[in-house]
Amino acid sequence: MSARTLLRVLPPVVLLALLAYLPYLSFSVPGVLPGRVNGPGSMQLLATCLVFAGFALSYDVVFGRTGLLSFGHALFIAAGSYLLTVSLADWSMPLPLAVLVALGGTTLLALVVGAVALRVGGIAFAMVTLAFAQAASIIVLRDPAGVTGGEEGKALARDAVPELLVGVANAPYRYWLALGFLVVALVLVRLLVRSRAGHAMAAVRENESRAAVLGLSVYRVKLLALVVGSFLGGLGGVVHALVLGGSGPHLTTAEFTLSLLVMVVLGGAGSTWGAVVGGFLYHYADARLTEASGSGVLDALPGVLQSVLAQPLFVLGAFFVVVVYFAPSGLTGLGGRLVRKGVRT
Amino acid sequence: MSDLVLVLVTGLGLGALYFLAASGLSLVYGLMGVLNFAHGSFMTAGAYAAWLTMDALPGSMAVGLRLLVAAVVAVLVGAAVGVLAEAVLIRPLYRHHIQQVLVTVGLSLASVAAVQGIWGSDPHPVAKPALLAGTVEVLGARLPVDRFLYLAVALALYGGLLALLERTRLGLVIRAGVENRTMVQALGIDVRRTFTVVFGLGGAVAALAGVLYSQYAGTVSPLQGGSLLIYAFIVVVIGGMGSLTGTAVAAMAVGLVQQLANYYAASGIGDLSVVLLLALVLLLRPSSLKGAAA
Repeated sequence: MSARTLLRVLPPVVLLALLAYLPYLSFSVPGVLPGRVNGPGSMQLLATCLVFAGFALSYDVVFGRTGLLSFGHALFIAAGSYLLTVSLADWSMPLPLAVLVALGGTTLLALVVGAVALRVGGIAFAMVTLAFAQAASIIVLRDPAGVTGGEEGKALARDAVPELLVGVANAPYRYWLALGFLVVALVLVRLLVRSRAGHAMAAVRENESRAAVLGLSVYRVKLLALVVGSFLGGLGGVVHALVLGGSGPHLTTAEFTLSLLVMVVLGGAGSTWGAVVGGFLYHYADARLTEASGSGVLDALPGVLQSVLAQPLFVLGAFFVVVVYFAPSGLTGLGGRLVRKGVRT
Repeated sequence: MSDLVLVLVTGLGLGALYFLAASGLSLVYGLMGVLNFAHGSFMTAGAYAAWLTMDALPGSMAVGLRLLVAAVVAVLVGAAVGVLAEAVLIRPLYRHHIQQVLVTVGLSLASVAAVQGIWGSDPHPVAKPALLAGTVEVLGARLPVDRFLYLAVALALYGGLLALLERTRLGLVIRAGVENRTMVQALGIDVRRTFTVVFGLGGAVAALAGVLYSQYAGTVSPLQGGSLLIYAFIVVVIGGMGSLTGTAVAAMAVGLVQQLANYYAASGIGDLSVVLLLALVLLLRPSSLKGAAA
């Protein structure tokens, strides 16, 4: 192994080791994490952040890698999550079978939705995927035959899940589960990007007509990207349901898909680490800003400003617009640019 | 029979609201190629402006008169918001369509959050004139009066926009701009100013849609604009993007299908059948969606 490859491989491995070791650290980092690092609060927060990083990564396969502006990605995450909780609770399946059903169902759904939606391109594709996701959202909220639990969401059937994943004290195991999911997603995406299919996806993103002229079946490449992204999203939905102990209707909403878009663009579209960083930071900021607004940091400001800034989505939305303008390659792109500048001078 | 009349009229009324919501979207998309996610925010801005105006006016005024004043204020606010959004956020990003969409997404997220922060996330009731709240009997069916108002406004808007596009110089520039933007610019016409005007127009129409939708729902709430926007998207896609007549026909079809399915199948099926309609149109006529002339 040459020194160069070592330099490229080492940082992620060290980071992974560090993240895997976090549940053994018992000091607290005031202001950054709630309570001790290995306390249930911090562990749950970090686990959810990791799951969101995986969500962003799965969406990036569709949006960043293939250039498909899909507004329906939430549909597949929600499908994974709800298929798991429903098959555990209502169809009383064992966990492995339920996971298989969730993943298989999500992939099948992606094939059907993709086959229809990809008949149009560009902005029309965005609208059509949005409409499909909206249909799912409506179904979930209407609660057909009491299966999805409507606005309440669907709780995870505790007795169908290994004890290690249930209860406050076992938060570190759920954290490791989330970390494992992220690593699997990262490896799969890296493999995909380097494969022939990954190159074809990049070609379609850069210039669709040219890719078609070169003899690529653009439709099939796009469908593949959508199915792979949805599969990873569905897997994320499964892990999300296990980590948070159930499925919620917010997973089906258009706002959730939009927030995925925000995550990917914030971090840097079309770059693996960009999506991961974006997803992680987005959820972290969303969770922590809510807390910060309750802690009296904003008390010095006038009332209206205070109540507006207390909304994490306002801060994130405004920040997002700024990033789109001034750092089109996202935070990681910006970071990379600064590093290169520093190296040169 | 009377049931059918009732369902048809409510469906057309709903379709009229969808047309109001979708026409501005379709206009902006047709000319500028901008998919405006903030269109829902413009609707929310209009609805809240009207609600605040109605509350601020003295209660001794007739409710209908207050609604009229509020609607005028809302339209002005909507136009101002549209012009501002175009000038500040959209204009620097011309020819970057994806970035434009992203910016409007950010704007819509931030504005919904801002409205929630200032006025709370709970719905606020809106006063409705007694005339609109009443019913009228036609062919044995008791029809709510407000649906006719929506239909009348939609019809007037359709006529007005059509006249604007076909009869005025601005309309000529817009139609030419849809066909070939570069050529219009080469002829010495400032297309950018037209863009601003069109965005303002879209904002004004959206605000009007917001006001009428809040009358339909009886409340204003931060997420109203977003949920109406999704139907507007569906209507625009079915109608062929950028085509006003297509939008009008699609809006009526969507409204009717939704109400008929809700009544004759089961409540909730209507929303799904709208999506099915969209899938059907996509499968049968994908070519109609590639954008038509205004």
